[in-house]
Amino acid sequence: MSAPARASSAFRTGPATRVALWLILAYALYAASQLGFSWTRFVEGLGHGARFLGRMFPPDLSHRDDLADGIAETLQIAVLASLAGIVLSLPIGLLGARNLMPGPVSWAARALVSVCRSLHPVIVAILFVKAVGFGPLAGVLALVVSSIGFIGKLFSEAIEEISHKQVEAIRATGASFMNVVLFGVLPQVLPRFVGFATYQLDSNLRNSTMVGIVGAGGVGGVLLSAFQRFDYAFVLTILLTIIAIIVVGELAANSVKKVFHV
Amino acid sequence: MTHALEIKGLVKQYQPGRPILKGIDLAIPGAGLTAIIGPSGTGKSTLIRCINRLVDPSAGEIWFGSGGERIDLARLRGRALRASRCRIGMVFQEYNLVERLTVMENLLSGRLGYMGAWAAWRRKFDQADIAYAFELLDTVGLGAHASQRADALSGGQRQRVGIARALMQRPPLLLADEPTSSLDPKTSFEIMGLLRDQGRARGIPVIVNIHDVELAKRYADRIIGLSGGQVVYDGGAADLDDARLRQIYGGQDWLA
Amino acid sequence: MSETLAVAVPEARRWRRFTLAERMARFAVWLAVALAAVQSLRTMEVIPEFLYDAPAQMGDMLERMWPVDWAYLASGVWPALVETIHIASLGTLLSLLLAIPFGLLVAANLTPNGTVNLVARIVLVASRSVNSLVWALLFVAVFGPGALAGTFAIAFRSIGFVGKMMGETIEQMPRGPIEALQAAGASKASEIQYGYWPQLKPAFLSIVLLRWDINVRESAVLGLVGAGGVGMVLDSAMNLFQWQRVAAVLVAIFAIVIVTEIAVTQIRKRVL
Repeated sequence: MSAPARASSAFRTGPATRVALWLILAYALYAASQLGFSWTRFVEGLGHGARFLGRMFPPDLSHRDDLADGIAETLQIAVLASLAGIVLSLPIGLLGARNLMPGPVSWAARALVSVCRSLHPVIVAILFVKAVGFGPLAGVLALVVSSIGFIGKLFSEAIEEISHKQVEAIRATGASFMNVVLFGVLPQVLPRFVGFATYQLDSNLRNSTMVGIVGAGGVGGVLLSAFQRFDYAFVLTILLTIIAIIVVGELAANSVKKVFHV
Repeated sequence: MTHALEIKGLVKQYQPGRPILKGIDLAIPGAGLTAIIGPSGTGKSTLIRCINRLVDPSAGEIWFGSGGERIDLARLRGRALRASRCRIGMVFQEYNLVERLTVMENLLSGRLGYMGAWAAWRRKFDQADIAYAFELLDTVGLGAHASQRADALSGGQRQRVGIARALMQRPPLLLADEPTSSLDPKTSFEIMGLLRDQGRARGIPVIVNIHDVELAKRYADRIIGLSGGQVVYDGGAADLDDARLRQIYGGQDWLA
Repeated sequence: MSETLAVAVPEARRWRRFTLAERMARFAVWLAVALAAVQSLRTMEVIPEFLYDAPAQMGDMLERMWPVDWAYLASGVWPALVETIHIASLGTLLSLLLAIPFGLLVAANLTPNGTVNLVARIVLVASRSVNSLVWALLFVAVFGPGALAGTFAIAFRSIGFVGKMMGETIEQMPRGPIEALQAAGASKASEIQYGYWPQLKPAFLSIVLLRWDINVRESAVLGLVGAGGVGMVLDSAMNLFQWQRVAAVLVAIFAIVIVTEIAVTQIRKRVL
């Protein structure tokens, strides 16, 4: 009986993958050197880190009022930006659907959505701070823009994936365009829209905690000044509070989804 | 008996120079079930869809007796077109129900041509329409399923909902595009029976596309054979002998 | 027909789209949303003068940005852009080292220990809830300003994302191949390597690519708090009111985001 001709290579990584992995490793080392990383810096950094953690514990509660005001403002920004963003993304997303709208209209809507997507919310916040001044209004406007960018794109794509048959039947009853959208298109995409909307609500809550760093309102401003005062114990308090509200926000979003049968 | 529908010189080409329908002339009587048969790709579906303008004809006229006057469906646009579609019910091969909506909502969507968007959004349907919907559900045998989601139903049940939806429009004309092609044989018989009986009960003509010749012979009052984009047979079921079938479909073996 | 037969007239059947309970729940949600909105609007401070001034301000700013200082792209912006890419890439790679173990630990079907699942989940939630900009503030305080802080900020933020997605993918895997391996007596390590990993690979690459795309966007702004990359160039240009350079940097950031998206789409097409 002869031995098997070749050992099985079922789970071995193929040559292409191995080359790719080596390339990635080589790049990592190259990038690290370009950025000036060295082992000594890293070890020093660990030391700093340990001291830093020491200064953060225990969390400091003396500036509770500032924190409460900041969190309240953060929630306001998140709520308003999400509402306005969701309400605006519905029609804009519809306008961007190539299977529903004539070419130029959908092109324009998609271009608008692309622009809204491409800039980071912080940069948009800076621009709005320049336009409407410091404060939560700039934050709200910045997050409305990022909401439209996110929901608008995904919603247009969802509409383009719907079954054409269901729409055809509603058209055949003589329904107006709006009624065709209401009964033929929306029932097919509404669950996904609610999913995008709740995701964006969560995302806005997270982003609203940081736009304050550039002056657009919310707890980010409180955080920045705490850092600048080296008040790291307060920093820890703020961070823990932020994590807590985001977790609560996620749980709330899940129960809302259940109420609306998503 | 006046004609419900008169088609004159209907031509449809999807690509220039290669017409699918090469000049159809037909007169559909005001009552009874008319079956259109013919090989695949010969334009049966195109013909039916030209009537309610889901497909736009390239040339020709389609005269429809609508509300006492005769109008050319091929010429209509915009609101007038929608108004005519309100008066033509259609049953589809793959039922085309809105899956996520309930049976009742699918039925009531037959009234959408008569409602504004705001009422449609809030699902504010007339009580008279709701009562009629329940009646239709009972007629097609689905009274207990009113609140079920459409995608929870079997194929035969879905097609019944499709027929009820078309009847909700109280149309003077009923179209059916291969209504039984996705169904098993027993259900196909039931659906064809339902179409014929409802047509008779309401005194409206029913035009059905069908590829099963036996079903056509059994349920149709009149049969139209389409081949190569033209009408090659127009008559009763009795006269549809093998020679005629060969003329429509071509080939020998399938008849034996 | 018998005269004593009283035929009952059927009541008109009503149709309701939602049951009473459903309607109340939906109403409650709408009410809560309306209250939140009204409350937010009332207590938010909006200075009307600033609002009316806004279009003029924006117009003024756009005017100052034109013409765009294209020359600055080569001199000041390009090295910073490269640094941004390095921060994003290294940060993503670094995050994998921690995300993979946590992703394995948070999946309930792979790690049956409930406490370990919970701890892993808390770590991942904490990582995701803190913005990369805030992580950057933290690491600038630890390591000092520069790209090191930025890389760690990206890494620590990404752990939560990658770990959570991995956990979800593992939890949704079909049990079949795993059970087969267990029945054959495979060790836990083998179970992971031969049962979970092959099914995880395509999703894993997709997740990493997505996170890298997002990280490039994030890395571009970390410099605003001193954590390296093109954000630092943006920050100094804004502080010096050099609006034409600001415009150049914004264009550069826009361009690099687009290039990254194209790269990711291409890689997706070829490999996935």
